[in-house]
Order: sequence, then C-alpha cells, then structure tokens
Amino acid sequence: MSTNVVMPQLGESVIEGTIGKWFKQVGDKVEQYESIMEVVTDKVTTEIPSPAAGTVLQILIAEGATVNAGTVVAIIGAAGESVSAPVPQKPSDNGQALAPTLPTNQPTSKLSNQRLTPVVARMLADNNIADAELATIQGTGEGGRISKKDIENFLKTRGNSKKPGTALEAWEQPGTGELFRPTEEVFGKPYPQTPTPTLPAQDKPDRKQQAYGSVGEEIVPVSPMRKAIAEHMVRSKQIAPHVTSVHEADMSRVIAYQKAHEAEFAKQGVKLTLTAFFVQAAVVALKAWPIVNASYTDQGILMKRDINIGIAVALEDGLIVPVVKHADDKSLLGIARSVNDLASRAREKRLQPDEVQGGTFTITNYGIFGSLFGMPVINQPQSAILGVGTIQKRAVVRDDAIAIRPMIYLSITIDHRLLDGAIGDQFMQKLKQFLEEYK
Amino acid sequence: MATLTNIDAITRTLQEEMRRDPNIFITGEDVGVRGGVFRATKGLIEEFGDKRVVDSPLSELSIVAIGIGAAMYGLHPVCEIQFADYIAPAFNQIVNEAARVRYRSNGTWTCPMIIRTPYGGGVGGGLYHSQSIEATYAHVPGLYVVAPSTPYDIVGMLRYAFRVDDPVLFLEHKKTYRLIKGDVPDDYYTIPFGKADVKRAGTDVTVVAYGLMLHETLNAAEQVAADDISVEVIDPRTLNPIDKATILASVKKTSKALIVYEDNLTLGWGAEIAAIIASEAFEYLDAPVMRVAGPDVPAVPFARTMQDFFMPNAEKIASAIRKLAKY
Repeated sequence: MSTNVVMPQLGESVIEGTIGKWFKQVGDKVEQYESIMEVVTDKVTTEIPSPAAGTVLQILIAEGATVNAGTVVAIIGAAGESVSAPVPQKPSDNGQALAPTLPTNQPTSKLSNQRLTPVVARMLADNNIADAELATIQGTGEGGRISKKDIENFLKTRGNSKKPGTALEAWEQPGTGELFRPTEEVFGKPYPQTPTPTLPAQDKPDRKQQAYGSVGEEIVPVSPMRKAIAEHMVRSKQIAPHVTSVHEADMSRVIAYQKAHEAEFAKQGVKLTLTAFFVQAAVVALKAWPIVNASYTDQGILMKRDINIGIAVALEDGLIVPVVKHADDKSLLGIARSVNDLASRAREKRLQPDEVQGGTFTITNYGIFGSLFGMPVINQPQSAILGVGTIQKRAVVRDDAIAIRPMIYLSITIDHRLLDGAIGDQFMQKLKQFLEEYK
Repeated sequence: MATLTNIDAITRTLQEEMRRDPNIFITGEDVGVRGGVFRATKGLIEEFGDKRVVDSPLSELSIVAIGIGAAMYGLHPVCEIQFADYIAPAFNQIVNEAARVRYRSNGTWTCPMIIRTPYGGGVGGGLYHSQSIEATYAHVPGLYVVAPSTPYDIVGMLRYAFRVDDPVLFLEHKKTYRLIKGDVPDDYYTIPFGKADVKRAGTDVTVVAYGLMLHETLNAAEQVAADDISVEVIDPRTLNPIDKATILASVKKTSKALIVYEDNLTLGWGAEIAAIIASEAFEYLDAPVMRVAGPDVPAVPFARTMQDFFMPNAEKIASAIRKLAKY
C-alpha cells in the first residue's frame, strides 16, 4: 500500500510551493514525520515531514519545480512495491514536472517555427539580435535554415548602419559629447599610459568572459529568498515615494526598566530585549496615528484594524520579516515572548508561511550591526517602516547641564503617497515620548 | 632530407634506435630471417643478430608476454603482431598486464614496450587481414595508442615511443606502407604523443581522420575545394591520449565536424570525438557532428566489390563534407 506525498498548502494564501531540496532519493528509507523535502515559498523555506514510513518509490517533481498545493510530489511504499502510474498532476504555469526550467533569452517566435543551431542561438544572444531582426535574415542553409555564415553576414551589414547592442534604449547609451570623454582625451595625455593587459589570443572570446566581464568573476545562482527580496525592494522603491526623517530618543528609562525586570522575565523563560519596547512604542504611536497603519491602494486608503508588527531578522543569506500578530493585544511579556520565538525560528528557517504575512508596520533594527541611522525601504504594502539605530552614550544637555545618556537615533521612512512628513514626525514624537517616559 | 615510404620510415627508425640502445630487441612472427611479412624488419637480423631480432612461435600471447617480462626486467622490446587481426590472443596480456603494470605496482614497475602491428583494409586481405582494432585498445587507460600516417610522423613518433616508459600500441596502416611517400629531414626530431597535427588548414568544415582515411580525406578536401568548400583536416596521430585542444579549436572555428574512420561505425574511435565535440564545443556547432566509418558488419569482405562497399573513400568523404557544408 503506497502513500502519496503531496505539496502542502503552506498557509491560507499560499497556493503553490517550490521543491527546494529532496532529503530522500528514490530507494531511500524514510520514517514517518522524518523530513522528506524542503519546500520554498517566496516567504519561507520549510521542511516537510513524511506522511508515512517506508521507502521512497518515486519522486515525481524535481528540485526547483513549482507545483500547486495538493500535487502529488512523491510516492512512498514498501521497498520493491510496484506503483501504478500516478495520474500526472499538472504543475502550475511557472513550473515543470521533472524538467528543470531553463530561462531563455532566445527570440521565441523564430524558435517556434524553426530550430536554430547552437552556434546561431549563441550568436543571437551575444549580439543582441532581436526577434524582429532575426526575422529579416534570409537563411541559406538546407531548407532555409539560418546558418552561422548568415548571421556573420548579417552582422557585417548591420555593423554599417547600426552598432551592435543598439537594442539599448537611447538613455542607456553611453554619452558621446565632450563632457563624456575622459579628461586625458580632452586635455591631452598628462599621465603615462599603462599598457592595457591583453588576454592570450583566442579564436573567439570565451563565452562567459564576454558575457560577464573579466576572468576572476563568476555568477552565483540566486536563492529563491534573495530573488524575492530583490523583486520586493525594487517594487517598493518603484511604487512608493520614500521620505525618511530621523529622531533622537533618550533610552534611560527603557534601559532602567529592562535592567529592573530582566530577572523577573527570565523566570518566565523570556529574555527581555529592547525590541519588545520598540514594538510597544510602535503600537502606541500607531494607535495615535492610525493612518500610519494603512496602505495606499487604487481604491483608496486601506485602514487596518489589526496592528501586526513585522520584525526584520537578518539571516545568513538574506532577510525575513516575521510578524507579531495583534501586537496591541499583548503585554510587554507577550510581545517579548513572541519576538524571541519568531526571531529564533526565523534563524532556524522554521517559520510557517502565515507568520511572515499580514504585517501592517515594520521595525528594522540595524543598530545591532552598529549603524547609527539608516533609511530603510518600506515593506510593501505597508506605509511606513521604523529604523532603530545603535544605542550610544552621548553627552546631552539636561536642565542646562551636560549629562551622559544612552541615546538612540530612530528613523521613519514613510510612503509619501498617503503620509506627509508632518504625520510621520508627529508619529515619531509620540513614539519617542513613550520611550522617554517609559514606566 | 630523404624521401621515404611509410615502411622505410619504420625500418630505418628501428635500425637507428637499435644502434643507439643495445637494450632494444625485436620479436615476432617472421621478423628475423624473413625480415617480416611486410619487410619492416628487413636487414635487421643481419646487422643485430638473432639475439636481438628473434623469430617467435606462432603465439601472439607469448610474443607480448615475453615482451612484458623483458620490459619489466629492463629491456625495451618491440613486439610485432603480424596483422592486427591476430592481436586478440594477446588481449589479456596487453590490457590486463602491460597497461596495468605501472598502476598496479604504484609506479614501482613500468612496462616500456612497443607493440607494432599493421591494421586496416583496402588491400584485398579479407576477413583476417583487414581489421581495425584501435577502438578496443584506445579505450584502455595505461596504454598509448598511436597511428601516425606519414613518414615524417612515423619517424618522429616511433623515436618517441622508445622514450616513454609505458606500453605503446603502434598502429601502421598496411595499405599506406608503400603508397605513402614523404620527406623526412636529416635532423633528429621526435613527435610527442598526444599532439594532433593540422594536415590541411581550412575554414568551413573540420574533418578528423587518421591512417588510410587521412589520405582519403586529404583527397576529398582537394575535390570539394573546387566547389569552394574549405576543409580543415586534423590528423590526431595519437588515438589515446586524445589531443582535444587542437580538435576543439578547429571545430570552434569551422562550427562543423566530420570524423572519418575505417573501423565499424558503432562505438568506434570517432564516437568519442563526436562526444567530446558535443560536450565541449556545443555552443559553436552549426550542424550535427557527422561520421563516415565502416559499416557495422563483422569484417572487411574479401570480394572486391564488397570491400569497396565497406571501405570509406574520398568520394564518400567528399559527399559527407558537401552535406555538412550545405547544412
């Protein structure tokens, strides 16, 4: 009797998952609840336990492929058991069963009606020959096939009218005026020129070298998390006009409170960190300025009733933002417990997908790494992000006397579409006041 | 400068090397008094005596086995297998013993010996005097397999064969023995193993060929030149180890490759070359890698018409080159 291993639904809104890694191969024994595979969503990486004990009979979905939740990805049974061919589940559109997805930059319409030889495909890519240009090339090979010579001839004529690489938009072209010329060209050559090192002659430049610059560079594949971060950050900067302002707060009272209650919290198994205080402060400020706990949408400003605070956690290979849900319902103890739990599980990559969703505001503590202040990027679709710097003892003026106080710079980056600087700064005043008058 | 045939090149080099090194001796069937069936060892017994030019019993196994023992003992034997077709009884000695001595003894022992043998068809030799055996032996690590095809290369590589410490299977295409003549400089030179030679430079199609097929290919290249097809002919000279760099550089230039060999098509030496090109020059290919080879029949037939059917020749090669050029 065989058991199907299915792609789990990792959270309510997650409808598909990517197989990051198979921990077991066909023929391997697996215990029930032993990790059998790693599933990657754009939020988290989760190890999935085996639904049964037995031997892995078939692996239906290869590493790297993305399939819908519910898809059978492997079959477990008794060793040697024959499995009736499973009904192949159709992978979702952006994934393929057992065939690694190969990104292709080749013009597709030509490819669809004629096969290109490897050298022709490479020359098209190397010379940025667009689909439209390819269509103009008359193949002289057998059956009208476009040969290497055809491309060479095309490049010769193209060279006369159009420089290779003019697929670039005008504004991406290097400037040509006097202003853009190196000074030594404009004003003669005042310095002795170092001879340009030449690479050993080759018939053709090495492909990698040509595509990625010099020897000594290499391309490292991007993890799904890195890719998600990259896309997210670019999107955020594109859609939201970012404005950052910096405030300074005196942390004396917070630190005093932390010192006084550390032991008491520890008895309950909770390490009282400063982050908990910032979450508390953010809750107070968000209650005072609910517009900061909102999103700008095409339909209007989406005000959110829940206050869910995301905490950015740096990982070895990226960054993840677990969310303290309903932070406004929680005591300092509850917040601290929640923050510690989320942060440690984030580092162990054991977060559930739902735990990184639904944030309404984010706190990023770059102070851990010594930064005084920063200009964080908003975690979309939120409208603001609080940046926490490092605490330093500084000389400050108190009652016309110089005093030494633990000071901190707090920055707020706002989405200027729905928030103005005045609101952001008043929000920060509230937050700062809460911290400075902590009791 | 002397003009020599391939067979002259062999005899002269053997003589020259035996004068240089008293440890060299020759053994094989009819190599002594008769001077070899192809006269490769003609005159050597007269000069060096029957201690150094030893007629053997009709046993290839023992010819090679004696060679292995002598080589490990410090001599440098030249074992002649009268026809490559007869090498099978010595297979175990060559593959399981000679080729493995160095590896098996962790480098303590070596087996410096040369096994010379005429191979190839086209001479009306029929089933037992026409075979090509190179693929079987080029597959075996620990064994040099060389197939020089011109007097210049034969002299240079036979000299070099005496300078390596490992067994060398020295293949001589019997049809080229007196067919191919060439100039050999008087200056002393050697040609190291693993170095291919561009026998004709060209730009449109690369053809890799050795032995008799090298000469057929050079004729074919001349034929298609009339149609403005420029062929680059690579002579690998050494079949193991393979000079990948020269072959790949040429294919990267021409983007089209043909491999010609007389052996049966399937799993022949050219199959490896096709695989190397496919895996290491894939992005440079403008046509499928092609092969012209002997058909997969058990042997080269005796009947003239059937032999012609079997043997690749300039016409068959030229037709494949045209096909590739047109692709």
